Amino acid sequence: MKQIKKSSSHPLDDLLRLDRIPHIWCPGCGIGTAFSSCLTAMKRSGIDLQKTVMISGIGCSGRGAGYVNLDSYHTTHGRAIPFATGMKLANPELNVIVFSGDGDLFAIGGNHFIHAARRNVDMTVICVNNFNYGMTGGQVAATTPFHAKTTTTPMGNSESPFNLPLLAYASGATYVSRWTVLHTRDLMESIEEALLKRGFSFIEVLAPCPVNYGRRNREKPLDSLKIYQERTLIKNNAQPSELAIDFDSGIILGKFIDEDRPTCVEMYDKTCRPQDLSEETKAA
Amino acid sequence: MRPTVLTGDHFFTGDVACAEGAIAAGCRFFGGYPITPATEVAEHMSARLPEVGGTFIQMEDEIGAIASVIGASCAGVKSMTATSGPGFSLMMENIGLAICIEAPCVIANVQRAGPSTGLPTLGAQSDMMQARWGSHGHYEIIALAPASPQEIFYQTVTAFNLSETYRLPVLIMTDEMIGHLSERVTIPDAKKIKTIFRKRPKGRKDRFKPYRPDPDGIAPMPIAGDGYNIHMTGLTHDERGYPVMTADAQYEMMERLISKVRKNLDDIIRTESYRLDDAEIVIVSYGVSSRTCLAAVDEAREQGIKAGLLKLITVWPFPEDRIRNLAEKVKGFVTVEINLGQIHLEVERCAGGKAPAFLVGHPGGTIISPERVIRTLKEAF
Amino acid sequence: MVFWRLPLDADEIQISRGIVHIIEDRCKGCGYCIEFCPKQVLEFSTKFNLKGYHPPVVVKPDDCVNCHYCEIICPEFAVFSVEDPAHMENKEK
Repeated sequence: MKQIKKSSSHPLDDLLRLDRIPHIWCPGCGIGTAFSSCLTAMKRSGIDLQKTVMISGIGCSGRGAGYVNLDSYHTTHGRAIPFATGMKLANPELNVIVFSGDGDLFAIGGNHFIHAARRNVDMTVICVNNFNYGMTGGQVAATTPFHAKTTTTPMGNSESPFNLPLLAYASGATYVSRWTVLHTRDLMESIEEALLKRGFSFIEVLAPCPVNYGRRNREKPLDSLKIYQERTLIKNNAQPSELAIDFDSGIILGKFIDEDRPTCVEMYDKTCRPQDLSEETKAA
Repeated sequence: MRPTVLTGDHFFTGDVACAEGAIAAGCRFFGGYPITPATEVAEHMSARLPEVGGTFIQMEDEIGAIASVIGASCAGVKSMTATSGPGFSLMMENIGLAICIEAPCVIANVQRAGPSTGLPTLGAQSDMMQARWGSHGHYEIIALAPASPQEIFYQTVTAFNLSETYRLPVLIMTDEMIGHLSERVTIPDAKKIKTIFRKRPKGRKDRFKPYRPDPDGIAPMPIAGDGYNIHMTGLTHDERGYPVMTADAQYEMMERLISKVRKNLDDIIRTESYRLDDAEIVIVSYGVSSRTCLAAVDEAREQGIKAGLLKLITVWPFPEDRIRNLAEKVKGFVTVEINLGQIHLEVERCAGGKAPAFLVGHPGGTIISPERVIRTLKEAF
Repeated sequence: MVFWRLPLDADEIQISRGIVHIIEDRCKGCGYCIEFCPKQVLEFSTKFNLKGYHPPVVVKPDDCVNCHYCEIICPEFAVFSVEDPAHMENKEK
């Protein structure tokens, strides 16, 4: 007969830095759910958690690394991915997870993202896309929908947002999916798949930012989730070029790319290491 | 297959000597980006690192390069990068990160004339103040200035040892002249090269405090995957590594970071002197300019001027006490450097008005001739 | 459950039962668990927690099917469900 856990002990408590809970994210913030899904997926995947590291950049999503009870690194703005690349190359046994936000990964960090994808560095990048720069008060980001109001686009955003899955696919990512925090089970499964898969995996998670984005765009947190429920369509294996963010015509969710390509470390070992010594250096 | 340490006599450029020094010191990761005149360090490392079981990667920009170096360091591998002025400027933010999270790493700046794109193929020594204060915020850093390919070899090993001991990025400030100069480099036997790895933690893994210093002021550094479950952040943090947003936490963290260096100046500061014992005029120099000064001191002595050379190996932290003590005894200082007065400002400051300080400088692109130094010695004194 | 036509194996299907645990002081009152519970088991309570939010309260404990959706949608790690041990005992008999 199974024992019930102590009633005050959440199943993820062993992976959290309990002395820092409750966390800083706002009521209704989607980052909490995305983070929770990530932790559950990490546990369910069976990967060696002692060898798992979480790296983040700056921003609200970037605070995630501070709450997980693993080796975690909160680096500079936009530079989580090259930091993770260095870590992975130095110790290929580490399971590297980058948990960061849309502004951090795709604006200032855009260059690093496309190169890590091109190299197919074996890491899982979870981008929490809340369509703005939340931590600094709600400025426009590379993912902000057309016409949306932010503090630096008070008259409405005049630019079109990135199609992140297309960008990831075009750069060479071998696993690309997009979910929302409402589709939590799909998100958890997707993260689990990405963790177990070798190669550069990218998961975009749409999440509400109630205080900074939501307030300025007349979206209470439950309204955002209702939009995720009603104006999304799950279409696995859709063409990445069809995945532009347009809430009026509907957002497509699903797993779009799941391919296999040798990873950065594999190709380096095969190409650059002296082949007669490759067994010795592997053992070292 | 070449051995790890290339014991023997070689005819190397400074850049190659830097790479070989790094490998001898135990460097097994290089994240680079091409920039004249430091490209050759990366090129040599790309060939050598796979031979010794290390990894080389050319990143997409200098910022990626330094970020990857810090990541590799946190994963337990000695790592370095090499760049020049424009790349050095780009790396500044992440050098600050390395200082704040206390990640050992080595950055070589093969200086060239600036500002901006400047003279890519001609050297200078004009990044010295940037080496000290280039990143934002207040901090301590260690910068070495070798004067020849042989010295680059040894000082790269020293740089790694200092960075691992003090958990700090260490800068090697060479320049294009010695970076691209081929000279004899004698590499000793591997057993004679002392290498240090960072202090490892001992004891309980749970509730381990990654930034609680030992009595010597330095905290042992856990490596990713060791099981200590540490958090490292660039935000001001407490002993647990957790961000704390108060002035008190800032004070304590800064106290720890600064005193790491300031309490160990005896170990860190290295200088050499030439004919300094009875000198009435002290020439202060470092790097390639110190070679000019060796000739200038001899020539001056022949002409009856009692000059002596204080050659700085460690430019930062600056040997303030040494200058202060000398200022009591000598008639004056002359700083010789290929910039328009950077270390000269430090010498003047430390002389404290007790002895005048003069500069023999040049904005960059050429070495300074001993004749110019003699002329200044004569005119000033 | 209300069926239009009863499935042939309706007697053999065991619907799971769960108990919802709420860690009240972590809750920030976002309302996601309340809104999206498929059985409407939770509602806002009138009491305040330490931070001044209204945590959820279980109003229909018998309807919980241990789907864990409240647990996974909660951004605060403040609610989770476990299988009802009494129900488990019945199953095992």
